[in-house]
Amino acid sequence: MNVIYILCLRQLKRYFRARSRIIGSLGQPLLFLLAVGFGFGPTFKKAGGGNYIQFLAPGIILMGILFTAVFSGIEIIWDRQFGFLKETLVAPVSRFQIVLGRTLGGATVAIIQGFIILVICLIAGFHIEKPALFPVALLFMFLCALMFTALGTAIGSVLEDMQAFPLIMNFIVMPLFFFSGALFPVHGLPKALQIAIRVDPLTYGVDGFRGALGEVSLFGIGMDLMILGILTVILLAIGSYLFSRIQL
Amino acid sequence: MSEMIEVHDLVKKFGDFYAVDHVSFQVSAGEIFGFLGPNGAGKTTIIKMLTTILKPTSGSIRVDGHDPVRDQHQVRSSIGIVFQDPSLDGDMTALENLQLHGVLYGVSAEDRKDRTEKLLRLVQLWDRRKDFVKNFSGGMKRRLEIARALLHEPKIIFLDEPTLGLDPQTRNLIWNYIRTLNKDKNITVFFTTHYMEEADRVADEIAIIDQGKIVANGVPGALKELTHSESLEDAFILLTGYAIRAEEASTSDRMRTLGKVWGRR
Ligand SMILES: Nc1ncnc2c1ncn2[C@@H]1O[C@H](COP(=O)(O)OP(=O)(O)OP(=O)(O)O)[C@@H](O)[C@H]1O
Ligand SMILES: [Mg+2]
Repeated sequence: MNVIYILCLRQLKRYFRARSRIIGSLGQPLLFLLAVGFGFGPTFKKAGGGNYIQFLAPGIILMGILFTAVFSGIEIIWDRQFGFLKETLVAPVSRFQIVLGRTLGGATVAIIQGFIILVICLIAGFHIEKPALFPVALLFMFLCALMFTALGTAIGSVLEDMQAFPLIMNFIVMPLFFFSGALFPVHGLPKALQIAIRVDPLTYGVDGFRGALGEVSLFGIGMDLMILGILTVILLAIGSYLFSRIQL
Repeated sequence: MSEMIEVHDLVKKFGDFYAVDHVSFQVSAGEIFGFLGPNGAGKTTIIKMLTTILKPTSGSIRVDGHDPVRDQHQVRSSIGIVFQDPSLDGDMTALENLQLHGVLYGVSAEDRKDRTEKLLRLVQLWDRRKDFVKNFSGGMKRRLEIARALLHEPKIIFLDEPTLGLDPQTRNLIWNYIRTLNKDKNITVFFTTHYMEEADRVADEIAIIDQGKIVANGVPGALKELTHSESLEDAFILLTGYAIRAEEASTSDRMRTLGKVWGRR
């Protein structure tokens, strides 16, 4: 058995054992799907936007992935606090292997969470228009999961305790979600908002994921994939670098 | 006899404060070396430097012939550590904690299986092997940590207050096992403790450290002779004085309290 695999497995076991966490982190996406989805549906249709659930679901799925992934990465803070991080850091293995195992594990957990939300969306009336493109949709889920776990890893490597957690939620995670175009179409918006949307990595995730599920993609799936791929690599590099610099 | 640990003129400063102040000592291969000192003396800080966790400000260290700063990997594969603070994953079972450790240290699946059973039986946790560690008592956790540190059969084992909070039965059991290992497999043991009779009984060699400096070292008998004391405890107090060391709560303590405030599961 190898180091990366066993650390990955650990993340998965922890996830499946914390049932309250699975259900807890389904709450927010569900709330958005039901309240915003069905609440805004009629207005959206009247404005000529079509079926709002079709538009909203991809964004909600990625929202679930975003939250779970960042949280998985941030778990480093707990491991540090409860001492377990030491055990891995003094082992004769490279930090890179450790961070890779943790990140892959966290990303897998986030994808599973995404799948659960996808199933809920299907039950709520969402259709996958182009099943043939589903593998591409999976790729988007995977890249988002990896990218945001790496982001969580980066944050968790720098912070020493959970005091900053509300700060991270309100100034990183929530903005990433709200400025991603998950909730509303991005054309015809004020300039400032446009810029915020353009610099939000999740925008390209949502756009491409939507395209792959059969809705309209604004930037084109290829472009989205490329931008997302590059950003994922960059965040993975930053996450591993910061993790490798953790001092006990 | 070759030297397993060689420390020369070791210094660690935190800001302007000398936590370790020009310390030199040696530990021979196969020796049981006891490190004693009041709270805040610098014991843990020295162990951290010996075990690659902390970089020294200056001075030189050799552990099994390797420099913990430059050859981290080599040093890490020759040592086992029981930290002063807890370091288990409470959300995993005893078995899983050991399995992960074995994989991290490259122990083959077969050896892992054999040794896990042997060690867990020894620390009397075999019946609880499938229980989550968070449900263990303090003493059970400590026993598991000791078993874990021995799983990869290190050449040197560092034990930072290994018997803290353990009942006399368990302390006996554990020390007997460590001594057996020390005899049979020639494992070098480096430990700290605040229990003087324990140190007197098990250590071949003792160093007493106070305020970052070694104030005396030698075989337990020599320390008692030096101070004309009956017990090691008297010798210790004579050497380090009666004053109680004021210690601020460390950051990790504060973080642990915070963890509780946040009510993690
Ligand atoms: N990261 C740090 N930053 C600043 N000061 C530190 C740090 N780590 C340790 N110290 C200080 O160094 C001194 C030695 O601490 P150390 O933990 O080595 O003591 P110790 O001998 O292990 O004590 P104890 O018996 O209480 O465990 C203490 O005064 C402590 O406050
Ligand atoms: Mg200490």
